[in-house]
Amino acid sequence: MSVADETSPPVRLPNEPAITPQIVAEHGLSPEEYQRALAIMGRTPTMVELGIFSAMWSEHCSYKSSKVWLKKLPTKAPWVIQGPGENAGVIDIGDGQAAVFKMESHNHPSYIEPYQGAATGVGGILRDVFTMGARPVANLNALRFGDPAHPRTRHLVSGVVAGIGGYGNCMGIPTVGGETNFHPAYNGNILVNAMTVGIAPADRIFYAAAAGLGNPLVYVGSKTGRDGIHGATMSSAEFNEDSESKRPTVQVGDPFVEKLLLEACMELMATDAIVAIQDMGAAGLTSSSFEMAAKGGLGVFVELDKVPMRETGMNPYELMLSESQERMLMVLKPGREELARKIFEKWELDFAVIGRLTDTQRMVLSWHGDIVGNIPIPPLVTEAPMYERPWTPTPLPAVLDAADVPAPEDWRASLLALMGCPDLASKAWIWHQYDHLIMGNTAIRPQDGDAALVRVPASASASHKGLAMTSDCTPRYVQAHPETGGRQAVAEAWRNITAVGARPLAVTDNMNFGNPQKPEIMGQFAGAIMGMAEACATLDFPVVSGNVSLYNETEGRPILPTPTIGAVGVIPDIAKAVGSRLTQAGLGIVLIGETAGWLGQSLYLREICGREEGAPPPVDLAAERRNGDFVRAQIEAGRVRACHDLSDGGLLVALAEMCIAGGTGMEVSLPPGLAVPRHAFLYGEDQARYVVATGCVDDLLEAATTAGVPAMALGYSGGPSLVIRDVLSLALSDIRTAHEAWLPTYMNATE
Amino acid sequence: MKAAVLVFPGSNREGDVAQAIELVSGRKPQMVWHGDADLPKVDLIVVPGGFSYGDYLRCGAMAAQSPVMGEVKRRAGQGVPVLGICNGFQIVTEAGLLPGTLMRNAHLKFVCADVHLKVETSQSLFTSRYQAGQVIRVPVAHAEGNYFADDETLKRLEDRGQIAFRYCAPDGTVDGTGNPNGSIRDIAGVFNETKTVMGLMPHPENAVEPMFGGTDGKALFEGLVEALT
Repeated sequence: MSVADETSPPVRLPNEPAITPQIVAEHGLSPEEYQRALAIMGRTPTMVELGIFSAMWSEHCSYKSSKVWLKKLPTKAPWVIQGPGENAGVIDIGDGQAAVFKMESHNHPSYIEPYQGAATGVGGILRDVFTMGARPVANLNALRFGDPAHPRTRHLVSGVVAGIGGYGNCMGIPTVGGETNFHPAYNGNILVNAMTVGIAPADRIFYAAAAGLGNPLVYVGSKTGRDGIHGATMSSAEFNEDSESKRPTVQVGDPFVEKLLLEACMELMATDAIVAIQDMGAAGLTSSSFEMAAKGGLGVFVELDKVPMRETGMNPYELMLSESQERMLMVLKPGREELARKIFEKWELDFAVIGRLTDTQRMVLSWHGDIVGNIPIPPLVTEAPMYERPWTPTPLPAVLDAADVPAPEDWRASLLALMGCPDLASKAWIWHQYDHLIMGNTAIRPQDGDAALVRVPASASASHKGLAMTSDCTPRYVQAHPETGGRQAVAEAWRNITAVGARPLAVTDNMNFGNPQKPEIMGQFAGAIMGMAEACATLDFPVVSGNVSLYNETEGRPILPTPTIGAVGVIPDIAKAVGSRLTQAGLGIVLIGETAGWLGQSLYLREICGREEGAPPPVDLAAERRNGDFVRAQIEAGRVRACHDLSDGGLLVALAEMCIAGGTGMEVSLPPGLAVPRHAFLYGEDQARYVVATGCVDDLLEAATTAGVPAMALGYSGGPSLVIRDVLSLALSDIRTAHEAWLPTYMNATE
Repeated sequence: MKAAVLVFPGSNREGDVAQAIELVSGRKPQMVWHGDADLPKVDLIVVPGGFSYGDYLRCGAMAAQSPVMGEVKRRAGQGVPVLGICNGFQIVTEAGLLPGTLMRNAHLKFVCADVHLKVETSQSLFTSRYQAGQVIRVPVAHAEGNYFADDETLKRLEDRGQIAFRYCAPDGTVDGTGNPNGSIRDIAGVFNETKTVMGLMPHPENAVEPMFGGTDGKALFEGLVEALT
């Protein structure tokens, strides 16, 4: 094939339909966007070219509605090796090691086909991490389902959980943490956000930018089939009643092949053969080849007939847009093809040289000798649509006075109801289906601490460091006031990492919102970003990777705005970490932080009073930092035996959780002369607070005074009950039953 | 003790068991790729957990037919100890080295949780460092660990002391309450007739360090090191 051929206009294939406005619309391109494409091409595109525009300019791939806002997030810190823009973020965790991580949504596919949708979500995020040379060491997931009473919810929970487990368990990566909420706003659009954290040598990170004129473009992994065609476009649109018919756009996963792909890639990465590597995720071959060439400032010539195919009769359009799973695209150094081929053959995976890098800055596609696509690369990136969509800020709701919220008629019943409500009930039914112990490094298991904690393998030092990970968001706060909610999500993630004794280092964000063309939805997005940006900046907690999922609406009804925050931190000596389980009698129970008794948007208000109103709790970032740094220092000093942050349900729920997790009760008293109503003190959701159990109360209180941190001794651990003097006394077994029964009972019910 | 750990393409707990063996014996086991013709001369062969060949068919069914398993059967016949854990238990059972079979969990779901096991005998290479009747806590992680054998086989196993471990309550009661998968007679692990081959569903290799799941699994490896060094 000569260079002259590569610049020639493409031939139209037999039976290729003419491009009509209807076909353009079916590809999710607006008439204006199509005009822009015509201007770039200088002619009518072929079908495969139109498909490429459609995929590359989809919301999913182009971030056209969100980019102007995402730029406001802080992304830098001395420990950041790679911020947003690559397959995953990379941070330095010391000892020559890097943590590589990202969270990504698979919302739309998981609603249509829960098992495969969730499974391939896990597969995709795992590939994003090992593409960069990191061996995955932990998975987390953040799930949001609809009303438990909705007829589809049980089926979706069952399928999503089985899918996540099916993929992660087979890959042999422990799933160590996450969160699950229920709310009617997710009835038609569930959220499945999956996060993977991997470890790599800090000086051996692999990137996507292609380099080296003439270098071979290599395809490895599974064969390409007809699954997932137009997944990126589908996930960039609202749902309607026809969405069921989009099931063929959902990919089908094969975790066994991904395991082989992981091991083969790791083996090849130990050699010097790879110049650049990119996984084929959303928009498959289109997006991967395009991004590699664009980042390298080069062109690419692809012989599509050389792509390994699962079935006969596939055409260039299908090959470019298939989202078949477990595939990678690589640029190799010249002459290393045979070395690489041997490794992939050993792992019984397909390996094919399908093209080469050129200096044309064009993507040229050939099909049995004919040119079928020829697109200039830079303008597709530089002239991609970018929207500054109009937005209306969400006004701050009136602050709810605690005096306007009734105290519980029955304290015991109120605590049991909260501990057993869908959002707070034990999620053991879920995480027992995930292998959370494989690799032998899990130090804090799900439910045993505020963050998951795994030992970092292969550390040469005598004391091993630990990687702390969490995923957080309180969507009802974000809905009430996006800016406060965004700030709170970041602060809670930071607090959860702190509560195990680790230093919070960086964030990956997964922005799940409704239709950005509605100003109030765009206002939610903008508000959340502003709150997150402020919190990340104040807490030295940069965003290093992320993902945006918009159009989470069904028939005009949007989800609660859900900016999920995944976070990672490090504790230098894992032996010093603490969980939240109270396992010992005689420890002092100390409340850290200020309690004003904030009941607006609290779970107490929703679950006990049946009201969802008021302003969410304000987040004082200076207090967060001060209180968190204090708690971490106390853990480091060995004064803390157990620590739990205060969030949903406030103080009383936190105390109950610590007791039942460790099987030890406590007896505490409310401080005399309490300025707020008792139910506001016990159920209020004021931020920047922790409960610690300590063997040295006096030292800890004195240190708190010195540090200017509010701290209050509440009582002591011991006994078989949770006793709040003059308020309630409940046997731990009763609390545990209420806490553990809800989810299994719900899932085992037939209808 | 020289140990070999087999590695199938979909093995995924080979690292965990290698780590446990090294911790206890001070010596790294040899990792043996399923496609390699030569199995080194070793004192112990371990078939680890995972999804050998994806296991979309019947767990361990394909792996049991692999060339390396032919060699494992030959060595087992010569008396070389073989330890099959989880998927490894499924594989050695499919290969005919142990009686019975492992079916889908009764509740049809994958389960990862700590379980309690009652040690049935200390009269074996694998359990010599435990007391008969001792209760230990180790995790399970599987979707197909529901052990089954016909009555005649079960009777023979019990008569000859070939039951290694049973699931039990924390106080040692064997009445089904501690059984995570529906295994018949709460069986968690079994021996062959000569007690040189043992298979079990739980993962003692994930219970060898205090901070990472406790240490109740450690004695199994200590016993092997003592007997085979």
